[in-house]
Amino acid sequence: MVHPGELQRIERRLRNWEETTLRGSLKKQPESRKEFVTISGVPVGSLYTPLDLGTKSYEERLGMPGEYPFTRGIHPTMYRGRLWTMRMFAGYGDAEDTNRRFKYLIEHGETGLSVAFDMPTLYGYDTDAPEAKGEFGTCGVAVSSLRDMETLFGGIDVASVSTSMTINSPASVLWAMYLAMAEERKIPWTKLRGTIQNDILKEYQAQKEWIFPPEPSMRLVVDTFEFGSKHVPQWNTISISGYHIREAGATALQELAFTLANGLEYARWGTDRGLKIDEFAPRLSFFFNAHNDLFEEIAKYRAARRIWAREMKETFRAKNMRSWLLRFHTQTAGVSLTAQQPEVNIVRTAIQALAAVLGGTQSLHTNSYDEAYQVPAEKAVRIALRTQQILAYESGVANTVDPLGGSYCVEALTDEMEDGAYKYFDRIEALGGVIPAIRKGFFQQEIANSAYRYQKEIEDKDRVIVGVNDFIVDEPTVVEALRVTNEALARQLRRLRTVRKERDPGKHAKAMERLTKACEGEQNTVAYLLDAVRAHATLGEICDAMREVFGVWEEPLLY
Amino acid sequence: MAKKIRVLIAKPGLDGHDRGAKIVARALRDAGMEVVYTGLRQSPEDIVEAAIQEDVDAIGLSCLSGAHMTLFPAVVRLLRRRRASDIVVAGGGIIPDEDVPRLKKAGIKAVFGPGTPLSEIVAFFRDAAK
Repeated sequence: MVHPGELQRIERRLRNWEETTLRGSLKKQPESRKEFVTISGVPVGSLYTPLDLGTKSYEERLGMPGEYPFTRGIHPTMYRGRLWTMRMFAGYGDAEDTNRRFKYLIEHGETGLSVAFDMPTLYGYDTDAPEAKGEFGTCGVAVSSLRDMETLFGGIDVASVSTSMTINSPASVLWAMYLAMAEERKIPWTKLRGTIQNDILKEYQAQKEWIFPPEPSMRLVVDTFEFGSKHVPQWNTISISGYHIREAGATALQELAFTLANGLEYARWGTDRGLKIDEFAPRLSFFFNAHNDLFEEIAKYRAARRIWAREMKETFRAKNMRSWLLRFHTQTAGVSLTAQQPEVNIVRTAIQALAAVLGGTQSLHTNSYDEAYQVPAEKAVRIALRTQQILAYESGVANTVDPLGGSYCVEALTDEMEDGAYKYFDRIEALGGVIPAIRKGFFQQEIANSAYRYQKEIEDKDRVIVGVNDFIVDEPTVVEALRVTNEALARQLRRLRTVRKERDPGKHAKAMERLTKACEGEQNTVAYLLDAVRAHATLGEICDAMREVFGVWEEPLLY
Repeated sequence: MAKKIRVLIAKPGLDGHDRGAKIVARALRDAGMEVVYTGLRQSPEDIVEAAIQEDVDAIGLSCLSGAHMTLFPAVVRLLRRRRASDIVVAGGGIIPDEDVPRLKKAGIKAVFGPGTPLSEIVAFFRDAAK
């Protein structure tokens, strides 16, 4: 980056500075800690200079925004052209409750929808299943049937807003419901924009909302790649997610490395099916966490773009530039929110959101300050949305593309992230690849170790968490409560009963039978799922049929 | 030598957030206790069966999904029915303050919310086994 002669001069200057100015200063005022580390426990230098950037050229490391290797961003003008999508993850109670929340958020300026489903839905159970007892609507909205999906989007123009759905094991079932809902409204699928999370690998590794074993699960995922590329071309059929890996305790580097390793695994499964990489890679999207350590997070996003572009271009030989782009959503770190002095979480979230924007995110969810207690109340959500609006309209950070590009510190951290990720790729490869490594508990153990180390640092006060282990106040916390109501549960159960009573039993039975056959065979399952949901088969019925064919996953137990 | 304290750490219900449960399991183990970790998605019946089979002194339940009011008391009730009320039950997770008195009344001996120091949890289980 810098002329070799210049580098030598800088090195001499640095040594001289260390021996004179720095030494003198340290004598008077030593550093307050022996070692300074990131929130991930990675040591950081006191000062970065051109020497930390070595001999790699500007071209190789950065290039221009909108051009390979996309370190500086995927669009030439980034937020000057269009701001990131403000997409707030929302869902509680029944479809009516959540529909109201969606409209509230749209009214206050959010620009994309994002559905949080409740635990039974995530796990493929209807609300009235015995396994669902006590779990209705607490962590998200219950969607058991096409009727629920229609209610959820009632009065919302799904042709003009993009919708993200955080759903994994039963992703293709919920997607089929969304597609069928659009069909009923005569909206062509080619117009639909949105994302299903559909990332099963990180479920085994971290989030743990799995149903089936890895191989049939991966088949279902690839079915959506294939179907989507043909019929729903603007839909992101997967959101390859580091978010949950990080929330479960991983470091920033582990989040980056495991997520990209998973991404490459999906790409392999797609090409193994016989799909051309350029047919489906442009619809692969990503999802990262934003934690408190600002520069570490920014470096992570920049490294992610560079690695993905290289792997798609060099390893998978993708020719379409859109295949090279790592497009990502960001959510601020739920795990960083404290129950103590919860209002302070607004500040944490602002810093995390700043990292996402400086890192070039395509869309952003900001957590609400009350989320260490519950699914957020209205006012808390509004403040979280306002945080994004302040970044967008008041702070000036969206005016320049990759404003930290060229920072010796951020560039050095980005390089370190990249090198570290490749080291993890090698370890995963040595274990036989992602799925064998899951079976051996590799990711799970790595994550548990990091989570424990972090907790010990807090216990030992090596790490200060404001309000938790330092700066403590003894006062009761006041959080506006949000409770799921019995009325919502009653509405949901009534809707479910009506669906089962009013549907055509012959059509239902036939669709279910054909679905089971498709699962047993090798056909793409999406068309059969569509027929099943059109016949008003419920989520639980469909997933039970698939459980019957595919079996269920049992995870290796470790801690 | 004193008998080692045996604790069952369990995740009732559907939620997959196991970070806290695993950290607590490890902290208890590091404090010299014998820990049995059940893994995810255990019904109250599964948990009580495991606790009796493993002859534990105490059970630690972890739940973040909001289903604690249904699931935690169910474990205590089943223990009573199996005449195993000597097994102490504690819980942790995302639990609103206002639920704590009701959980205690239902027989949950302690409730540990977010930010609880591990040392406090270790001390509780140590006392519980006395």
